[in-house]
Amino acid sequence: MTQLSSATRQENGGSGATEPGVDQSGRKKLTFGEGGLAFVFAVMTLVCITVASRAQDPGYAFHAYLSALASVAAVFVILNRYVERPAALPPLEIAGKPNYNMGPVKFATVAAMFWGIAGFTVGVIIAFQLAFPWLNFDLPWTAFGRLRPLHTSAVIFAFGGNVLIGTSFYVVQRTSRARLAGELAPWFVVLGYNFFIVIAGTGYLLGITQSKEYAEPEWYADLWLTVVWVTYLLVFLATLWRRKEPHIYVANWFYLAFIVTIAMLHLGNNASLPVSVFSPKSYIVWSGVQDAMVQWWYGHNAVGFFLTAGFLAIMYYFIPKRADRPVYSYRLSIIHFWALIFLYIWAGPHHLHYTALPDWAQTLGMTFSIMLWMPSWGGMINGLMTLSGAWDKLRTDPVIRMMVVSVAFYGMSTFEGPMMSVKAVNSLSHYTDWTIGHVHSGALGWVAYISFGAIYCLVPWLWNKRELYSLRLVNWHFWISTLGIVFYISAMWVAGILQGLMWRAYTSLGFLEYSFIETVEAMHPFYIIRAVGGVLFLLGALLMAFNLYMTIRQPDAVEADTGARAPSLVPAE
Amino acid sequence: MAEAATKKTPTSLWAKHAFFEKNSIWLVIGILIVVAIGGLVEIVPLFYLKSTIEKVSGVRPWTPLELAGRNIYVREGCYNCHSQMIRPLRDEVERYGHYSLAAESMYDHPFQWGSKRTGPDLARVGNKYSDEWQRQHLADPRSVVPGSIMPGYPFLARTRLKAEYIAEDLSTQAELGVPYSPEMVENALADLRAQADPNADADALDERYPGAQQRDFDGNPALLSEADALIAYLQALGTMVDFKLYDDKANVR
Repeated sequence: MTQLSSATRQENGGSGATEPGVDQSGRKKLTFGEGGLAFVFAVMTLVCITVASRAQDPGYAFHAYLSALASVAAVFVILNRYVERPAALPPLEIAGKPNYNMGPVKFATVAAMFWGIAGFTVGVIIAFQLAFPWLNFDLPWTAFGRLRPLHTSAVIFAFGGNVLIGTSFYVVQRTSRARLAGELAPWFVVLGYNFFIVIAGTGYLLGITQSKEYAEPEWYADLWLTVVWVTYLLVFLATLWRRKEPHIYVANWFYLAFIVTIAMLHLGNNASLPVSVFSPKSYIVWSGVQDAMVQWWYGHNAVGFFLTAGFLAIMYYFIPKRADRPVYSYRLSIIHFWALIFLYIWAGPHHLHYTALPDWAQTLGMTFSIMLWMPSWGGMINGLMTLSGAWDKLRTDPVIRMMVVSVAFYGMSTFEGPMMSVKAVNSLSHYTDWTIGHVHSGALGWVAYISFGAIYCLVPWLWNKRELYSLRLVNWHFWISTLGIVFYISAMWVAGILQGLMWRAYTSLGFLEYSFIETVEAMHPFYIIRAVGGVLFLLGALLMAFNLYMTIRQPDAVEADTGARAPSLVPAE
Repeated sequence: MAEAATKKTPTSLWAKHAFFEKNSIWLVIGILIVVAIGGLVEIVPLFYLKSTIEKVSGVRPWTPLELAGRNIYVREGCYNCHSQMIRPLRDEVERYGHYSLAAESMYDHPFQWGSKRTGPDLARVGNKYSDEWQRQHLADPRSVVPGSIMPGYPFLARTRLKAEYIAEDLSTQAELGVPYSPEMVENALADLRAQADPNADADALDERYPGAQQRDFDGNPALLSEADALIAYLQALGTMVDFKLYDDKANVR
């Protein structure tokens, strides 16, 4: 990297005046971004220390000191980076080829793997807690109520989020044939996002939560995420503006929809008034039925846009790339895109069937959820049929098998979801473990598998290796974790339907047949089977981490230029 | 793919989509419009419809002690396993009581309806069990319900309730529309202490918060504990509306 940059510095010697980071005489100078960001973080340090000194809650003081420390580190890193760097900033192109910025992508990939294993581990722990409650240890920070949000946030936002940010930065560069916009900005996005994860996760353990499912972090973490997210959108857009292709590739539509909509949902659902700047506590602006509607407008579209649109973008890049086939249908992708993002937003009220939410809203939610089945399967067909002409690869390439099975799981979950949104079905399934099973067939089968597939593709590309360390290990990962998913979801189907039926069972005399605690006791064997499924899934991920580590340790591929193996994608024409 | 490309003519509707594919800003604007519609249609009317904003007699804001207890309920993540929303289904109404009304959670910032019943619904748990039962159950659930899988919370009864900022909580909620009067905010800390003290004057508390239960909830007069607050909240859940007087025809669902 340094060699390349210094080579261009000589090249650009004459025209240095127009380059950022270099002054008239060709000497190095601080860019506006470097100076501005260092200043902002210096101010942040002071603010955080002031807040920490007067914090009303020890957990909040801890977060303030942590933020102060991170801000000092940021100032140091920015200035150190300035001192170390050559006068000219990295060129956008080298010898006519885009000079891709893959550093942030690498970081996000490693972070995704780390958080994935952490999140799966917490999932296994809380699964065992439900089977063996003494595992809660009667301590505040080890109880199920605090660990469950830690699990959901770790897998959705830490694992999934890093996969999305990493792959989006990769895909937008490759499909635009342009270097990522900004030098510090992409790093700010990646590091800032992971800092948000740390604040959110430690907050749950310390009891700092606003109790909105999948949006538990308190007001200050939400504010920070907003800044990071806006920067993310700007980096993504500015990279698109540099594109050499006239058309924006279909994967990038999905990434854009994911980034823009998550921003909208985040702002709407987290609107809150802090009790004081010195308190972590805030109260959500909405209340009661309005808050319930806003929450599930957010909650269901965290599924629709974070866990679906974003990962469909991954499908639209990585499956064609790995299969070496173009996307099956361009027209289907257009219909599927607009229909999916339009319909998804309406589906939220199906989380509130038979509640105090007005019936018309419930019916709207149900109707749109059923309609949603069609674009979902349109996407599935587009993904699966991309393999036409390359089906044999299912047999030989476990990575593509993983991605194809993920699309199959997507198809299954997006059938199950509309079915569960039907009010009659929901009256049985709601509040039971069937919902948990449904979520995990989507989360483990679809989201995690497409992520694993993408990471298995990315690591050799990013670290310039010929192939993965071991495809046999990928095969083992695939089968062990598939077995885990089957254990998990079948146990939860049985548990959920059983519990739903027991709740509504009547004796011949017209009395409720079971007390609530009897329905809890009936869950025990299924909770054990589910936990075992989780252990298998975690084992698979550990195999994957080992495989990736060994891949990175391999000697570099001989043909140094990965650009030569550019994707055989047909960008949406 | 290639076939589709050759078929395309400048007048084809498909070709027009290129507009979005070539203009990132219009793509973003298009996405924003498309994703805004559903939410607007479903959310905005809820602020105007009779059934969702109607007040029901008896529903009052939480007392300071109940609010402190509610904040503990939120902090410990009770909503992960307990719903507070009884659906109008035969078995639920028989098991838990009258179905929940929108008005009953109108002062809940945020709502606690929940999404999962690993444990039973708590919307009407108030006054169902004694304080002593609640105390034992929180400290060691399996000592009173052998098959329970709930975590134990023995530390609640040992931990002093941090309430010195409770007035700020009330004034923040007042700004969000919860009818806490300046008088309630001013007396927040005094009311909080009075509710957990059987010897304190109950009249002022009852005037500000009609029907508030006043006693030493955790059975330990030496300490105003977190258990005091949480039990006060649990004992108040679902008790505010008198369903002998409630007219369900007036509240169209």
